Amino acid sequence: MNFTYTVLIPLIPLFTFLFLGLASGRIKPQLGGLIGTTGLFISWILSLMTVFKYFSLEKVDGAYQQIIGYNMVWLNFSDKLHIDMGVFIDPISVMMLFVVTTVSFLVHVYSLGYMKGETGFVRFYSFLSLFSFSMLGLVLATNIFQMYMFWELVGVSSFLLIGFYYQKPSAVAASKKAFIVTRFADLGFLIGILLLSFNTGTFDFLELTNPQGAAMQTGSGAWLLGLSTMTWSLIFVFMGGAGKSAMFPLHIWLPDAMEGPTPVSALIHAATMVVAGVYLVARLFPVYALSAPVGLEIVAWVGATSSLFAAIIATTQFDIKRVLAYSTMSQIGYMMVGLGVSGYGGHDGLGYMASMFHLTTHAMFKALLFLGAGSIIHAVHSNVMNEMGGLRKYMPITHITFLIACLTIAGIPGLSGFFSKDEILAAAYHHNKAIFFIQMFVAGLTAFYMFRLYFRVFWNKEPHYHHTPHESPLTMTIPLMMLAFASIFIGYIPFSDYISSDFKPFETHIEGIIAIPSVLVGLIGIAIAWVMYKKDSDLPDRVSHGFRFFHRWAFNKFYIDEVYLFITHKFVFNRISTPIAWFDRHVIDATMDGIGWITVSTSRLIKPLQSGQLQKYGFVFLSGVIIMALVLLYAAFAA
Amino acid sequence: MIEGIPLHLILVVATVMFFTGIYGFLTRRNLITILMSIELILNSVNINFVAFNRYLYPQHLQGQFFSIFIIAIAACEAAVAIAIIINIYRRFTTINVEDVSEMKY
Amino acid sequence: MMLTASQFMFYFFALAIVIFSILTVTSQRILRAATYLLFVLISTAGIYFLLNYQFLAAVQITLYAGGIVVLIIFSILLTSHVGVKFDMVGWKKRLATGIAVAIGAILVITTILQYQFEASTEAARAVEMRWIGLSLLSYEKEGFVLPFEVISILLLASMIGAIIIARKEEKNESNN
Repeated sequence: MNFTYTVLIPLIPLFTFLFLGLASGRIKPQLGGLIGTTGLFISWILSLMTVFKYFSLEKVDGAYQQIIGYNMVWLNFSDKLHIDMGVFIDPISVMMLFVVTTVSFLVHVYSLGYMKGETGFVRFYSFLSLFSFSMLGLVLATNIFQMYMFWELVGVSSFLLIGFYYQKPSAVAASKKAFIVTRFADLGFLIGILLLSFNTGTFDFLELTNPQGAAMQTGSGAWLLGLSTMTWSLIFVFMGGAGKSAMFPLHIWLPDAMEGPTPVSALIHAATMVVAGVYLVARLFPVYALSAPVGLEIVAWVGATSSLFAAIIATTQFDIKRVLAYSTMSQIGYMMVGLGVSGYGGHDGLGYMASMFHLTTHAMFKALLFLGAGSIIHAVHSNVMNEMGGLRKYMPITHITFLIACLTIAGIPGLSGFFSKDEILAAAYHHNKAIFFIQMFVAGLTAFYMFRLYFRVFWNKEPHYHHTPHESPLTMTIPLMMLAFASIFIGYIPFSDYISSDFKPFETHIEGIIAIPSVLVGLIGIAIAWVMYKKDSDLPDRVSHGFRFFHRWAFNKFYIDEVYLFITHKFVFNRISTPIAWFDRHVIDATMDGIGWITVSTSRLIKPLQSGQLQKYGFVFLSGVIIMALVLLYAAFAA
Repeated sequence: MIEGIPLHLILVVATVMFFTGIYGFLTRRNLITILMSIELILNSVNINFVAFNRYLYPQHLQGQFFSIFIIAIAACEAAVAIAIIINIYRRFTTINVEDVSEMKY
Repeated sequence: MMLTASQFMFYFFALAIVIFSILTVTSQRILRAATYLLFVLISTAGIYFLLNYQFLAAVQITLYAGGIVVLIIFSILLTSHVGVKFDMVGWKKRLATGIAVAIGAILVITTILQYQFEASTEAARAVEMRWIGLSLLSYEKEGFVLPFEVISILLLASMIGAIIIARKEEKNESNN
């Protein structure tokens, strides 16, 4: 089968980006929006085609094929070292194609309504297209270097979109923070890439992940702190992934990133870019599973810590977008756990499949939550919970879809979140009981904070609105309904038939011993939220007062930001940067200044020689000629 | 070839003329007299060319032609120089070479 | 010792050249200096005559004496008051220059006198006007068409240049 056309999927957004970027200010905003949306629509259709075409392909030895749809040599350094660009098609990249184009397309449609009348409307669309291009390029990367490049590109587009309201100092600060933190993490990624490719001699995913390939055998000896080079390189690669996916302790940029427009939060900081880290680990999963189990262990624990940590903070926040941001972090922690507890091949690979499954369902319901939040913010003109309440009367569609999303994320049976979360829990149960219990607790917390948000916004006491909230326009509610539909039904896709760690379908079933407690925990969380937040009461305040010490820590995000500030300001700036700056200013600059000063004073000294008196010059010239002639004659006679 | 006059004598005369010209070039203040000194220098060179031609290579005529060309160039130089002098006079109302040192430094 | 006519003429011209050159560069009256220069140039033409280069002598007189000196006198009239004595530079400078020039002259003259020139034995070529004209336009051996053309372009360029430089600047406010 020919998959060359897939190269168009990322290229169309690239063209719309270039076109809108150049035409910005010369075309009508609505037209620009339509062009961007149409481009994404074509990409979406092509992606859907690819999904159906790929999964209906003949299997080889019962496994899905890995196909290089398109390949070109981009930088040719030597016969052995060359960097390619291309399109790599295998189950997870096809799945990501579907997720990215779907969410991106719906966000494009949604933004037509949400961003209406904003200055820089066309700029917004060109950035969205840039992001879609980069993300699709990342997803389809044939080699780790291409992935790294697009990885940085999504970072840039994220930076641009967070700082979209560039007049707002907080948005500018947030965009810088996001960029710098992820850049720092990407440093680890780059080191990881260099170590990995140095050991294995290839950038290519196909060769890297081949279980029988040479890559699995190299670099297994102990190297540093008892771990092999392979393990270290994968840990460094995971550092990049953790930065992008906002894993503890590199998560600090994600809540601030909510300064960007809400559709951006939905697209980049919930559904697609932040799962790039998960995708990266999944992409290299065979290498992790077969040659660096310690790395996988780290992935699992980082994921578990992050999900617990974020869920606790989420219960205390009042800004609805921040609650959702921490929720995203928590859910990505789930995916990381899924990967971390997975084995390679057959039913052992349950966690891998579950993680990818959760990635897909999470993309749908989290995008739905963010777009719903955007709809609420659009109506109330605030994103603080205290200024909302009783909105179910005014915004019926938003209300229903938001409720569906909350039920989905809480893991209520029948909805997609239940299936994927349940499988992650099952995988954790069989692998590591401690992580299983943490995740179970997080599941309860998730249900609690989501319904805290839901009740607080849609029920509870109505504050005094300046003008009556109203339902959002159709361009915004249609994507909401489509995502709600997806959130409900996407769980019924037999995911294990399509995606597995060794590309071979396997059977899964719901295990009652895990499913029943997890549902119960979810219901308990909802019930607590019901009691505390359905009606306006002083119960929440009394509870938080009861746990006031703990509450204060959680409310201040466990002071992680302050720790970073302390380290950077007190330690890095004072102890390292200041002396270096002093050295630069007083030693290096002074040397250069001294050279300049010597030149200037010398020239001042010899300047009078250039008197402008022609006859002086002539006299000197004549004397010089005569002296030289005398010297030469003397030399000639002396010889 | 002048009967009874050696080549050296002509060359000595030309040398004296040449260095007189240089002396004038270095001591005169008036731009026009400096120009005259330059004419002296050019003339002494012409005499040399012609004398060498006549005494050493009488079968050729290069010396003569060079003199003709030098005279032509001297004419050009004089024309341009006088144009410049007149322009300087207009601007500075003097043709004293020591006052015309705008270009220093 | 009896001087032949041509020897006498040569000494006469040589003496004139030396004396009038020195007067040219020392005279304090500029118009006189120009006149002395004229005498120097004419004496030079005389030496050309003695050397049997009549054409060159004629050119010397017409171009130098008739052209350049007249040009110089005109510019003197334009820029100076006739008869004004102008001050010389300081005696220190004159002395230093004189010493340098004297050393240079002695150096060159001793070098010349010590060198034995090998005079050619070949027969001198008659210098006919026709022949000069032909070789100026010839591009064969001993032809001078290339320098001739270059000189013609130079003359044209310097003519234009002189006109442009000497022309009064028109006040053109609209250009500013």
